[in-house]
Amino acid sequence: MKQQIIVSGTGGQGILFLTRFFAEAAMMMKLQVLTSEIHGMAMRGGTVVSHVKVGTFKSPLVREGHADAGLILNKQNLPLHRSLIRPDGYVFVNTDTPGDYSSIDASGLALGAGAPAMTNLVLLGFAMQRGGFFCEADVARKVLKKLSPPAHLELNLKGFDMGFASS
Amino acid sequence: MNRQEQRMLMGNEALGRGLFENGCSLAASYPGTPASEILSSVVTFSREAELPIHIEWSINEKAAYEVALAHSYTGKRAAVAMKQVGLNVAADPFTRSAYLGVKGGFIVISADDPGPYSSQTEQDSRLFAHFAKIPVFDPSSPREAKEMIKKAFELSERYEIPVMVRPTTRVCHARQNVTCKKPRLLERRARFEKNPSRWAATPQFIYDLHKLLNEKMDKIAEEHVLSPIPYASLPSRNKRCVIASGVAFAHTYELLEEMGLLDRLDLFQVLLPFPLNRRFIDMIQSDYEQVLVVEETYPVIELQLEKGKIQGRKSGFVPRQGELTPDCIHDVLERFLGSASQTHPARVAQPGKRPSLCPGCPHRPAFFAIKKTFPKGIFPSDIGCYTLGMNLGAVDTCHCMGACISQGAGFYHSYAQDGGNIPPIVVTIGDSTFFHSGIPGLINAVVQDARFIIAILDNSSTAMTGHQPAPHLGIKADGTPAPAVSIPDIVTACGVRFLRQCDPYDVPAFRSLLEEADQYCRSEQGGVAVIISKHSCPVDKKAIGPEQLYTMEIGETCDGCQLCLKQFECPALVAPEADSRAKGRVRIDFHTQGGGYLSSEHGEREGVAPAASPREGATRAPLIDQALCVKCGVCKHVCPKGAIAVKEETKA
Ligand code: SF4
Ligand code: SF4
Repeated sequence: MKQQIIVSGTGGQGILFLTRFFAEAAMMMKLQVLTSEIHGMAMRGGTVVSHVKVGTFKSPLVREGHADAGLILNKQNLPLHRSLIRPDGYVFVNTDTPGDYSSIDASGLALGAGAPAMTNLVLLGFAMQRGGFFCEADVARKVLKKLSPPAHLELNLKGFDMGFASS
Repeated sequence: MNRQEQRMLMGNEALGRGLFENGCSLAASYPGTPASEILSSVVTFSREAELPIHIEWSINEKAAYEVALAHSYTGKRAAVAMKQVGLNVAADPFTRSAYLGVKGGFIVISADDPGPYSSQTEQDSRLFAHFAKIPVFDPSSPREAKEMIKKAFELSERYEIPVMVRPTTRVCHARQNVTCKKPRLLERRARFEKNPSRWAATPQFIYDLHKLLNEKMDKIAEEHVLSPIPYASLPSRNKRCVIASGVAFAHTYELLEEMGLLDRLDLFQVLLPFPLNRRFIDMIQSDYEQVLVVEETYPVIELQLEKGKIQGRKSGFVPRQGELTPDCIHDVLERFLGSASQTHPARVAQPGKRPSLCPGCPHRPAFFAIKKTFPKGIFPSDIGCYTLGMNLGAVDTCHCMGACISQGAGFYHSYAQDGGNIPPIVVTIGDSTFFHSGIPGLINAVVQDARFIIAILDNSSTAMTGHQPAPHLGIKADGTPAPAVSIPDIVTACGVRFLRQCDPYDVPAFRSLLEEADQYCRSEQGGVAVIISKHSCPVDKKAIGPEQLYTMEIGETCDGCQLCLKQFECPALVAPEADSRAKGRVRIDFHTQGGGYLSSEHGEREGVAPAASPREGATRAPLIDQALCVKCGVCKHVCPKGAIAVKEETKA
């Protein structure tokens, strides 16, 4: 099993959480994994992209056109990071404007549920339902239980399920 | 834990784990991206420890280095971690420590930042190690970083020499599943053996110490176990090889694998770029005709390979600056192998959205007040979140830690000697940066009779790097209490005679203090004026939250000038057209067309945007994104027409 994923958004949108999610999920599946993140100044609301590589890789970075799937938390990032994704790869975008990608208004759903902070999990749930990822939804829920601080666990699972259930 | 266990570790955590597992009993650091998480992870792991570990966020890298060095003199293992420019600050103890050597294993971790992503230079710590004659390891992954800590401690003790481990951003901030073991218990007791001719070496002893150092380097260059690792099809069939180190090796390996070339091209991974293995150098000289060196960020291996046939960053075959991304290396390999179908233009990183201060950040009103009060001022600033004050036009210079105060003095003397009008000079410096290296600059400015304003932005946190404690907060790295050192006391002791404190949230009060300070600077008996701008970083979990919350609204006096967006730049204030989310979701919550809310607060979504406004510009009225707004209420001071007002005040 080899899979490359990118997560793109702006600092503060929960990019690091999603990156850790994939890393822990891979470990739970007993797969090798490497991820790459950006910390520091960019985390103050700037553009960030992180890379996840599951399987026997040595380099933590995804090359142009090599990602199997991308989670784009912020539509403005689509022109910046789409080229990292394979032409036939999955592109999941948080937006209410449909286009040549799979879209879900994750922000809107999260806001509607009174918890804008779970936007990233809505998008994750949505992607997990259709992306042919290396792990299944039950593993995903286990990982969320492991990673979420107790106070946020319930909302995180709710966000995930909301995305997962939506079509 | 079990004897062995897989954990998901970030490169920095793997380094911290390596220190912990290998009997390191003192770790010191000053925070800086990409190195900050190394020390925090040692704090976390030390909770599993059976023997005590002294862990400190030192006041700066020089202090950290010296504390750790003396620990090693007593025979114990010590480590110091910093970002690459931090090593510049520690350069003095660093270079001399090579000559004098160490006793207990001593590691300096200096994290480089090719790119750079969050640094003021792309400098290569390996070249600094070369200059200082200190051996340096170059890990290519978190897993390897942890293993190298073990090797580095052993090498350090074998030769009684400091050893550097140099990770780069892509290793520091990579995550990987790493095998963790129980820590080694060394049970060493502190034992300092006096030897003034070594530990206090005067110039008369230095010649011999230098000779000894050179001999150590020669021997390390002979160490077979540290020689580069060959991959693939040795001996060479086509007299062509690639030599790589660090994460650039990881990229190169993977690319060659993908291109199906691993068994057709000789590839070497250099673990110890300096001193480069002697026999390896000879072998490369004699066996290969074409050699490509792929390394970050300066040509360190290439420099040691001597002959002219080497292609690399020095020869210009590999781009001489910037991160070596897989795409970039791919290009280089194709050219090297003569298979380049075409040269791909380097992908220019697109700028995307620039970072900005958080909603509710106390730096924002401080900068806003400074810029408003002195539109023509000169604003030296420094390194931290507050560098982002640049977006508000209130940061003109940012050089290196602590430089702003001396730069303020330099600007003053330059204008003052011309006679005539001296522009207002307002320096901004963070609390942690002030302790790090601002204090000598302050004393210097006072004794040289410079006259300018310093605003110490005290947000009770080292926010940029992850909210590490600073000396005025009275907490140690592990959160236990420590003696606190007061900033006002220091400022007074430095000879400053104008000292005020103010919460920058109160913009009018802050502005009148700035005026007062300016008058003081210009008065006969004037001098350096210090204002402490005091308000905690709202993002820091240690901070005590606000008492009052203000729900703001944008009223009908708004004429759409968007000054608040341009001059204040709170992320919660958004242009109506900028955010597609705003489209179709604007809720007009009050009976004006002036502006509105995003509906987040109300849990409902309106179907349509307001109809085109009858008033000119009203459609340009900003919106308050209630999902981002922290209700600090500061924006009420911003609108010149008074359109931004408090709608509701609640107890937090
Ligand atoms: S982390 Fe704190 S200091 Fe830094 S920008 Fe945000 S609020 Fe300001
Ligand atoms: S109250 Fe005003 S300044 Fe404070 S976060 Fe909200 S919009 Fe920004």
